[in-house]
Amino acid sequence: MSAELTRDDVAKVARLARLTLSDAELDLFTEQLRGILDHAEDIAALNLEGVTATAHPFGLTNVVRADEVRESLSRDEVLAAAPDAREGRFAVPRILGEAP
Amino acid sequence: MTSAIDIARDVASGATSAEAQLEKSLETIAARNEELNVFLYLDQEGARAQARAVDAKVRAGEPVGPLAGVPIALKDNLCQRGVPTTCSSKILEGWRPPYSATVIERVLAAGAVAVGKTNLDEFAMGSSTETSAFGPTRNPLDPSRVPGGSSGGSAAAVAAKMTTISLGSDTGGSIRQPAALCGLVGMKPTYGLVSRYGLIAFSSSLDQIGPFAANVADAALLLEVIAGHDPMDSTSLPEPAPSLLAHVNDGVAGKRVGVVRELIEGADDEVVAAVNAAVDVLRDAGAEVVELSIPETRLGLSAYYLLAPAEASSNLARFDGVRYGLRVDAEDVTAMNEATRTMGFGAEVKRRIMLGTYALSAGYYDAYYGQALKVRTQMIHAFRDAYQKVDFLIGATTPSVAFKFGEKSDNPMAMYLSDVFTIPTNLAGEAAVSVPFGHGATGLPIGVQLLGPGRSEAMLFAGARVLEVAEGR
Repeated sequence: MSAELTRDDVAKVARLARLTLSDAELDLFTEQLRGILDHAEDIAALNLEGVTATAHPFGLTNVVRADEVRESLSRDEVLAAAPDAREGRFAVPRILGEAP
Repeated sequence: MTSAIDIARDVASGATSAEAQLEKSLETIAARNEELNVFLYLDQEGARAQARAVDAKVRAGEPVGPLAGVPIALKDNLCQRGVPTTCSSKILEGWRPPYSATVIERVLAAGAVAVGKTNLDEFAMGSSTETSAFGPTRNPLDPSRVPGGSSGGSAAAVAAKMTTISLGSDTGGSIRQPAALCGLVGMKPTYGLVSRYGLIAFSSSLDQIGPFAANVADAALLLEVIAGHDPMDSTSLPEPAPSLLAHVNDGVAGKRVGVVRELIEGADDEVVAAVNAAVDVLRDAGAEVVELSIPETRLGLSAYYLLAPAEASSNLARFDGVRYGLRVDAEDVTAMNEATRTMGFGAEVKRRIMLGTYALSAGYYDAYYGQALKVRTQMIHAFRDAYQKVDFLIGATTPSVAFKFGEKSDNPMAMYLSDVFTIPTNLAGEAAVSVPFGHGATGLPIGVQLLGPGRSEAMLFAGARVLEVAEGR
């Protein structure tokens, strides 16, 4: 299956993951990811019909805390650690373009 | 070297002081940190204040905790309020967390003195510290070799006697493997025994914080201090910390020990010989030894390298230049996110994000991620069956002693294979300890691994102690 992994697949995954890869990195990652996926063929090829999936080893269920007001992190302190903050909010470059 | 237990006792009695212990620690760090690159940040001012506070309590006749005045090193993926925390990544360089991890609150409350933050593989992804953005840590026992990883800095800190104890995190072997390579005791506790609050997440269903120490009793004491329910971690087990230190000398008489074929095969001859010698020691100490096979463990590596990257690709989505750390400016927000991540992450982190994104993507989810989750179920059942027959298991921690720099860093699969014996425990959510036992031809230490079911830490420490005693420690 991983023999199918192409340079284009890797480029697409990079876009999804918000990473820019150089041509050399695309070549290298295509080769390396193929190698890792080849190793994973041992489990991709197993017949595991009827086996349930495990996401948590002890099956603990969700925990919710009591709905009580309590102290939380200081907004100013949290914002002070951000690359850019204005008027009590995280600031980012524009999200929407000019109206067409 | 003086143990944490002895230091805490002598600090409490006034025979020594926390400040004196701290200065000794800082002197050792000053002498060797440049060569070994263990600490990314030293918090001398904070540590001196903590030490003075402990000494003031002693003078005032107030009670001090079980780690009073014991210098401790913290892996730099643990958030410490006001102290730079980087995960050895450029993407977090300069960030100071607004809160501390629960484990840090607990060791400080117990009187420990937090000296600084230690190097790791970037975001804990690696087995040698070679993926750190701030250069690798050198093995104090042989600086031409890696200390193991990802918690290589925390292991090296104790091995170089810079601190008495340290904390690491173990997602696929990141405590046990460096413990083995640096000649220390290191434990991966049962999933949920130790709060992950304030541990920067790599793979949330596998990550667990645990102790490094030069001896079994110190490791047991440190784990006892950090364990126990924490309402800030929704995966925290509901019960308080177990009693561990009181049981380290319980021995193994009457215990059934399973020697697991798959956790030895492929290891170097000298490692196999050490495991066999350890088995003999346990038998002589009254354990009943059986050989067994757990074929499912052979699938661990593949399952892990799908599950952990999948979780990492999701966890690391938060590093987007908005809330903390690096931002690389660009035209619009998406370009800023991409430029920041491209500049901020190193090659191994990118590789795992790519692998995880692929394993979760439409058309491949069932074949890779879905299959890996089912293999995880099989692994849990296989271990559970084994623990019907035996009390605990024994195998190697690593296939070899500490390797040289560059030996595996160009080949991801070769590096990943150094965790082949440690990964199954993380997938099963169970406990395992690595204890030094014997040496290889080069004089470097070998680690033997004892594995047990969930909540078996006391029994595993007792088994490790039997091996330690047999070596005259």
